[in-house]
Amino acid sequence: MEMWMKVTYAILMGMMIIAIWPRAKHMLTNSPKPSGDDWRAVLLPIAGVILFVMLLISSVR
Amino acid sequence: MYQNERVIGRTSESALSTNKVLRNTYMMLSMTLLFSALMAAVSMMMNVGFMANLIAFGGSIVLLWFVLPRTANSSAGVAVVFAITGLLGFGLGPILNTYLAMANGGQVIMTALGGTGVIFLGLSAYALTTKRDFSFLGGMLFIGFMVVLLAAIANIFLAIPALSLTISAVVILLMSGFILYDTSRIINGGETNYLLATVSLYLSIYNIFVHLLSLLGALGGDD
Repeated sequence: MEMWMKVTYAILMGMMIIAIWPRAKHMLTNSPKPSGDDWRAVLLPIAGVILFVMLLISSVR
Repeated sequence: MYQNERVIGRTSESALSTNKVLRNTYMMLSMTLLFSALMAAVSMMMNVGFMANLIAFGGSIVLLWFVLPRTANSSAGVAVVFAITGLLGFGLGPILNTYLAMANGGQVIMTALGGTGVIFLGLSAYALTTKRDFSFLGGMLFIGFMVVLLAAIANIFLAIPALSLTISAVVILLMSGFILYDTSRIINGGETNYLLATVSLYLSIYNIFVHLLSLLGALGGDD
């Protein structure tokens, strides 16, 4: 990839960070506090995704 | 008694409105995914270069930030959503052509496509059946996404393969979290605009597909 294309991609991604930052900051301070049960409810499907992706990788090897 | 009837009336009204948002979102999502696939096929047949990917990426960002927020509550918003998803699909063409040039490229693409579908349907079914409120994930997901973007910017210039794989793995996990978060927002009435909900879910699916493709292409290659 040419240097000018790399720089353009970097600028676009940098703009995304600038655009997301206020929302991220707001959500971080205003998000409800999770309980242990909430974490379990998230970690279960995420662990499923990890195992599934590992299965997909082994299937194309 | 009258009070109770009013409460029940309001609750069922809210449930109906949530179901409507959910139904419209999934209908719009399936149409935009089909349109996106069609645009990807067109750009593959035209054999466009990576310049098209860059233009599509830039164009979709402009529409996403400056046009969609102003049109999301009007019928023009539908056209904007199709334009965003069409551009992103068109930008996929050169990436897919690169993978097709690999020995097992076709298998990698089909596995990534099927895998993305299974991940999305599985996570959506989980969020819909548990009806849990995942709004607490919002802040962490956005901060995590910002960190990944910083790492991705660095890796554009550093080009470290291990960092690229790490970014892809983290993006898949973050987008899985976003699917739970966005679906729970629709169910719990946090998102009432089906166009915005469609774009959020579409972007999660798009990112999972692209990064699953990258992981499978790098780790599943026969070299």
